Amino acid sequence: MAEIKSAVVTEGLRKRFGDVRALDGVDMEVAAGGVVGLLGPNGAGKTTMVRILSTLLPPDAGRAWVGGFDVVRQSERVRRLIGLSGQYAALDAYLTGAENLRMIGRLSGLTRAAARVRAEELLHLFDLVPAARRTVRTYSGGMRRRLDVAASLVARPAVLFLDEPTTGLDPRGRIGLWRLLTSLTREGMSVLLTTQYLEEADRLADQIVVLDAGRVIATGTAEQLKTRVGGERLELQAPPGEDPVALAVALNGLGHDAPTVDTVTGRVIVPVKDGPAVLPEVATRLANAGLQVTDLALRRPTLDDVFLTLTGQSIGSATTADPVPVRTA
Amino acid sequence: MTTAEVQARSPRLSGPAWLIDNVGTVTWRNLHRLVRVPTLIVFATVQPVLFVLLFTYTFGGAVQPPGVQRYVDYLLPGIFVLAIGFGASQTGVAIADDITNGMIDRFRSLPMTRSAVLAGRTVADAVRNLFVLGLMTSIGYAIGFRFHAGAAAALAAIGLAIAVGVLLSWVNALIGLLVRDPEAAGLAGLLPVILLTFTSSTFVPVDTMPGWLQAFAKVNPVTVTVDAMRALSLGGPTASHLWHALAWIVGLLSLAIPAAVASYRHTTKA
Repeated sequence: MAEIKSAVVTEGLRKRFGDVRALDGVDMEVAAGGVVGLLGPNGAGKTTMVRILSTLLPPDAGRAWVGGFDVVRQSERVRRLIGLSGQYAALDAYLTGAENLRMIGRLSGLTRAAARVRAEELLHLFDLVPAARRTVRTYSGGMRRRLDVAASLVARPAVLFLDEPTTGLDPRGRIGLWRLLTSLTREGMSVLLTTQYLEEADRLADQIVVLDAGRVIATGTAEQLKTRVGGERLELQAPPGEDPVALAVALNGLGHDAPTVDTVTGRVIVPVKDGPAVLPEVATRLANAGLQVTDLALRRPTLDDVFLTLTGQSIGSATTADPVPVRTA
Repeated sequence: MTTAEVQARSPRLSGPAWLIDNVGTVTWRNLHRLVRVPTLIVFATVQPVLFVLLFTYTFGGAVQPPGVQRYVDYLLPGIFVLAIGFGASQTGVAIADDITNGMIDRFRSLPMTRSAVLAGRTVADAVRNLFVLGLMTSIGYAIGFRFHAGAAAALAAIGLAIAVGVLLSWVNALIGLLVRDPEAAGLAGLLPVILLTFTSSTFVPVDTMPGWLQAFAKVNPVTVTVDAMRALSLGGPTASHLWHALAWIVGLLSLAIPAAVASYRHTTKA
């Protein structure tokens, strides 16, 4: 059985849609007060997880508990615990922002007065006061998104499900929502958020579950996952027109693995165990070989590197601007 | 924050009180939409007025049903059903819309009563229909329509029309849940209304139709209810018409409501 301490527990959760195995035996946990980031590419099963946990969809096999209540047999109890913000903004476009929040409040069991107060609080918190009396159809995508997240918080849920909360937001809107979510999670709410943005999981979640094709392929903190990929990376950029292979040759043997060269971008990546300690040696070798670089950086592996290591394919290549190493060396 | 707790809110209301509270909230939502969604405004105002004027003046010269002075006396109860049926098709559209944009998912993740989303919609429809019927009756009165059997019978006729509206709202809610596509739901809601009203006593007496069609037209539920409303507005024996109509309405409602609520419980955005 689920421990009382856990906000979410799943055991062997399976769900198929026709021939597609959306979930293929998922075991995971969200500790009470924890923030778990469910990270994976499109079609990994993230949304299916959220749908099952928020009682919208029954699993084919396996069990899941939210706040200790079975999502199938005690779905009524579960619904009194949770808040849900889906991928799409589920709002009534013909009601105003304030009316939407008041409606959700009333349907969550607040009195008319309490629903009104809570709506005002949230409009204020999400910076929607100037738009509060306008119908949602006049809102921008970012405003709808914020109102949708606000709607999921109306009843002060103990467990919050956020399905790709920042999809469709511009970078500024994304950072704004992150800041808001960070302050909310400090108040002790348990959160399960799905994302395909590596940076987002890194930034918001204290535990990351990597999902691929309906299976959990890794679990841990962002740091732990990064450690699995090894240490830091030294990145050097050859000046335009110069051969980056010369750089790689000069630095060979410096790292714990051979340097990789991206001949298109002129970038050389050297995996190193102790970054700062090798820097003097790097400078010496470059000077001795008479080589120049336009950029030199020491960076920790990103979650994209993690995903690449775990699955052999890049998750973020379509959605992030991170360079993907071309392994030619 | 040292200890995080996962604790359920205890419900403020339960049972029927919670149901009524929820239905009230959803009704409020739909009534707000009614005055803000352009197509809904047209379905509630322009269209019913057009129906009364259009059919009175186009068919009125040609059709002279026995037992009435003016065609509008014959026509209006039938047009009530037609206008309500057209309006009800918007309920299927709205429900399908709610599925498509994730609203149903949001409602289903709330601790609200399962039938409230549909019930609230149908209650709002009934309020709209009351307005529509008032509007049509006023236009009717302006062009010669009269209730001939007294105030009580007139109210009963309106009440029966409202009951037909409740039935059609539930049927269309079910259509919306099954069809799930707003445009298809609108079409699926309108077709039966058009088919059933034109093969009923709505516009012309059934005995002017060819024999094979008469056989159907006589048992057509629209004929049965329109005849009952006509009896209530024109006068004459009403009891058997009324029981017939109520039997249809109650019978179909007892199928449509459980089917719609059962379907709602499993509906989620594809």
